[in-house]
Amino acid sequence: MVERLDVRGLSCPQPIFKTQKKLWEMKRGVLEVLVDDGTAKQNVTRTAEREGWKVEIKELEHGEFLLILSKD
Amino acid sequence: MSQKNEVLELFNKFFSSRVGIIFTGAFIGVVAAILQHEGNPGNMGFCMACFERDIAGALGLHRTEVVQYLRPEIPGIILGAFIASVVFKEFSARTGSAPVVRFVLGFFAMIGALVFLGCPWRAFLRLAGGDWNAILGLAGLASGVYIGTIFIKNGFNLGRNRKTYPLAGLILPAIAILLMVLLIWDPSLESGVPFQSIKGPGSQHAPIALAFGVALAVGFFAQRSRFCTVAGIRDTILIRDIHLLLGAIALVVAAFLTNLILGQFEPGFEGQPVAHHDHLWNYLGMLLAGLAFVLAGGCPGRQLVLSGEGDADASIFVLGMVAGAAFSHNFTIASSPSGVGDWGPGAVIFGLVVCFIIGFTMREKA
Repeated sequence: MVERLDVRGLSCPQPIFKTQKKLWEMKRGVLEVLVDDGTAKQNVTRTAEREGWKVEIKELEHGEFLLILSKD
Repeated sequence: MSQKNEVLELFNKFFSSRVGIIFTGAFIGVVAAILQHEGNPGNMGFCMACFERDIAGALGLHRTEVVQYLRPEIPGIILGAFIASVVFKEFSARTGSAPVVRFVLGFFAMIGALVFLGCPWRAFLRLAGGDWNAILGLAGLASGVYIGTIFIKNGFNLGRNRKTYPLAGLILPAIAILLMVLLIWDPSLESGVPFQSIKGPGSQHAPIALAFGVALAVGFFAQRSRFCTVAGIRDTILIRDIHLLLGAIALVVAAFLTNLILGQFEPGFEGQPVAHHDHLWNYLGMLLAGLAFVLAGGCPGRQLVLSGEGDADASIFVLGMVAGAAFSHNFTIASSPSGVGDWGPGAVIFGLVVCFIIGFTMREKA
């Protein structure tokens, strides 16, 4: 099952804090995180990789990105 | 991929890496020590609180004659971040995340910082210069950040911002340009504005071109690496991530080594430049500042960088700091080397009460 998290418009540290909380809850699977600024993209990617999740980045319109985090 | 995009991508990879954040911190540490060597006050190569206070004084918002100067470092950092965000297509005007609360947090962050006499960057630079009073300030900063993380864990959140018209994000970069015009043109109006200290810390400054040039580079690098001293402590406590903390450590080490080379390392508690040794209020002043910074999402350097990349809420925080500086001096809140101001302790306690009310009441329901 794919879970989703929308952290658009949230300032630091909310995007990474919410992502890490979700990753700890899920333990494995796929989490799609919607971000809308470079800082959140960079920080969420780093946090997920540090937790051992793979990160795929899809660029959307209007400066938004979909970060697909996955762990088997 | 075009050659230009490849270069930008390499740059991105470098600055988002551990080496990138360490480079940024080390760069700030080295140039801060050099700025001091070239004329800035002691252990004040960079200090967002002191420099915004000096700018407030130059504009006549307070009349403390020894701390009035249009410091080019502040416009430099904002414009360096602005350039980086445009080059890397990250400039994005946004606002609406509790702006007036951010103004209040900026106001009290400044009050706490001026009771200690320095922002977090300067607290680290004071330590690197041998000013042991900074240990109390940094302990206070860490305590304030720790309290802030408890609020965050319990749902504290200033809410989402939203995209807005580009003009809103350009206001602070435009103010930065106007300040530089005012500094270089120096119209010397009949009222005396822009004021320029003839003695004291406000009279001590590195050459304008050097200060502005290195600040542009600092703003550029800090925008790419997301350098933030407060977030370094916060992330270490909150999510066990030391990435940003490494930048702050690199700043201290690099400034310390550069100070040693330049003969600027003077260890001790007494007689330190632009500092006092009232340990309790050094600690509590920075506790207030740390709490206000963490509730607002970052240290004052980071707020300047965010202002440069279009975050109008961060701009409001910066303006709150400038207002806080004016009040600090007009209401005898700010400390001086002779000690804490008459209203300093009361203002710190009042600020803590306000920050606690904000922390308790602005919470998302689970």
